[in-house]
Amino acid sequence: MAAIAALESLLATQTLWHAGRAAAIAADGEPTGYADLDALLPQRGWPRRALSELLLPADGVGELSLLLPTLTRFTRAGATVVLVAPPYLPYAPAWQAAGVDLLHLEVIDAAPRDALWAFEQCLRSGACAAVVGWPSQADAAALRRLQVAADTGACLGFALRDRRHVDNPSPAALRLERGGDGEGRPAWHVRKCRGGPVPAQVFAAGSR
Amino acid sequence: MLWACLLLPQLALDAVLRRLPDPDAPLALVGGPAQWRTLHAVNPAAAAAGLRAGMRLTAAHALLPDVAMVDYDPSAEARWQRFLAAWAYRHSSLVSAQWPGCLVLEVRASFGLLGPWPRIEARLREELAALGFAHRIAMAPTPRAARVLAGLRDGLAVEHPMAMRDLLDRVPVRRALLPEDAGERLHRMGLRDLRAVRALPLDSVRRRFGKSLLEHLDRLYGDVDDALTYYAPPDHFDSRIELECEVESHTALLFPLRRMLGDLCTCLSIRDGGVQRFVLRLEHAEAHTDVEVGLLAAEREPAMLFELTRGRLERVQLARPVVAIRLLARELPPFVPASRDLFDVRLQQTLPWPQLRERLRARLGDTAVHRLAPTSDPRPERAWRRADADTLRMPQAPVRPPRPLWLLPKPIPLRDFNPRIVSGPERLESGWWDGDEARRDYYVLETSQGQRAWAFAPPGEQGGWMLHGWFA
Repeated sequence: MAAIAALESLLATQTLWHAGRAAAIAADGEPTGYADLDALLPQRGWPRRALSELLLPADGVGELSLLLPTLTRFTRAGATVVLVAPPYLPYAPAWQAAGVDLLHLEVIDAAPRDALWAFEQCLRSGACAAVVGWPSQADAAALRRLQVAADTGACLGFALRDRRHVDNPSPAALRLERGGDGEGRPAWHVRKCRGGPVPAQVFAAGSR
Repeated sequence: MLWACLLLPQLALDAVLRRLPDPDAPLALVGGPAQWRTLHAVNPAAAAAGLRAGMRLTAAHALLPDVAMVDYDPSAEARWQRFLAAWAYRHSSLVSAQWPGCLVLEVRASFGLLGPWPRIEARLREELAALGFAHRIAMAPTPRAARVLAGLRDGLAVEHPMAMRDLLDRVPVRRALLPEDAGERLHRMGLRDLRAVRALPLDSVRRRFGKSLLEHLDRLYGDVDDALTYYAPPDHFDSRIELECEVESHTALLFPLRRMLGDLCTCLSIRDGGVQRFVLRLEHAEAHTDVEVGLLAAEREPAMLFELTRGRLERVQLARPVVAIRLLARELPPFVPASRDLFDVRLQQTLPWPQLRERLRARLGDTAVHRLAPTSDPRPERAWRRADADTLRMPQAPVRPPRPLWLLPKPIPLRDFNPRIVSGPERLESGWWDGDEARRDYYVLETSQGQRAWAFAPPGEQGGWMLHGWFA
């Protein structure tokens, strides 16, 4: 009996699912702002209290456009969004034009080693609705810390990393890789999503 | 109003005795010029051996060779009086240390909080005994009367003004603390108590003794208000701890630091203030190192201040051993606690953003956390600025053609040699007025990797691309 109960609790927490059977997953994700992408993800949005990983071939391939609807919604609701050590200057007029309320967007300058610490502090604090970081040198243990911190602080963590990490295992709840759709158009592939099978379809990034 | 007077008959002696391990050993305070050293005060053990205040040093040595001698320091006496005034400030908002050797405090206003007079009196006595100060306490409707009564009998308390007048009428003139030597002179004239003095014609008293005697009597009896200078808690904090040995590691500094910050926060809560900027001074044998701690808002949470100071301290290289540490806070602004909704759902262990920001700044530097604000300058590199954390309104950027989300700190040559032009050009000609003139044609390009770049070329050309941003 105890073993069955344990199994059920595992199923309930979505750490385990039946292969080949779509489990009943609570669609409690944070909407991404793209209906097509929401439809692909098991929680119908970004997983809450978790780290999501975006794997990019280069900087400036639409990663911010993917996040902007979410960040815009948070900042407009008065929740704090933090960018930890962004690789370039976030260009204020463009962010404002995209709808982000700059009063609630905080930018942290930090050296790579401190950036990881600051990323974790922000995730853990519970003061931020979303934290976006560029942990280029993070290993699996560091990512695991970030994932636990995001769970503790109940916030959305976004780790933007290079695509070469796609073959390494990651504790992130969701991994999206920026690739092509086979016809030369940009598309996002889901590489891992906790709580459901990886969808075969890709998400073509809108008008791009 | 009801005034309590705490008479401290041996303040200087108590201040010395309370820091000695064995206060029962014979001890005398010595004062006076070098060629005429006399005893200023003696403790009970020394008094038992026959030593008296005013006795010459040589005589004292003859009576008791092994008496411990401590120099009498009048400034220390004043300092301890201030210390006790700060202590008394906890019991009343009106405390005066105007008269040497005693404190007066208004107690009627404190009845509601601390209970009736006997309870307050017991509390004052208990705390003074714990602090190690001998005392006599009396209460009366005027501060001067309380002081006179405390000198007559310990524990005397009169609440009603009429009862006080009766009591004062029977006070011997030499004990009434009359100005100058008026008490002695009146006594020699055969006037024994204050009733007799008050029965004299006013004119002749004024002629013989001056105005001050009459003023004193009026204030004593409460006929005229007594204007006292009240104690105000200091508006800065300065505390220093001398370490017992030379310290070369941070960890050994943390314990005294925690105690000092605790003292600071006690001082802040008494003042209902906060601290925004303070200096931790690490004193070496000859020089000192200053660790500045600055916060964006006034705070007074000991644990938070400790954590922040610790963060700053740990970044300091201790080149030389530290012999003492000192905490200096010059400005103590009023503390405005962050208002919080009663029904706010707050997670355990969560940290509000201001505290998180302070923690980040403590480690990453004061300017590490910032916001962005648009400006109206057309040049992209000047179209934004860092904004302070306390910005309340964001300016609106003027409407312009699409701008990239990422801006490069400095334009760099685009490495892609055959980019596809998506849109452009957008001619930018500006800045002739401040010597930083820019003439560029901006294009949106798509690189072979699929990135969308914002690059410029010299006016009229389509080549030599300088990358200035990414449409991410």
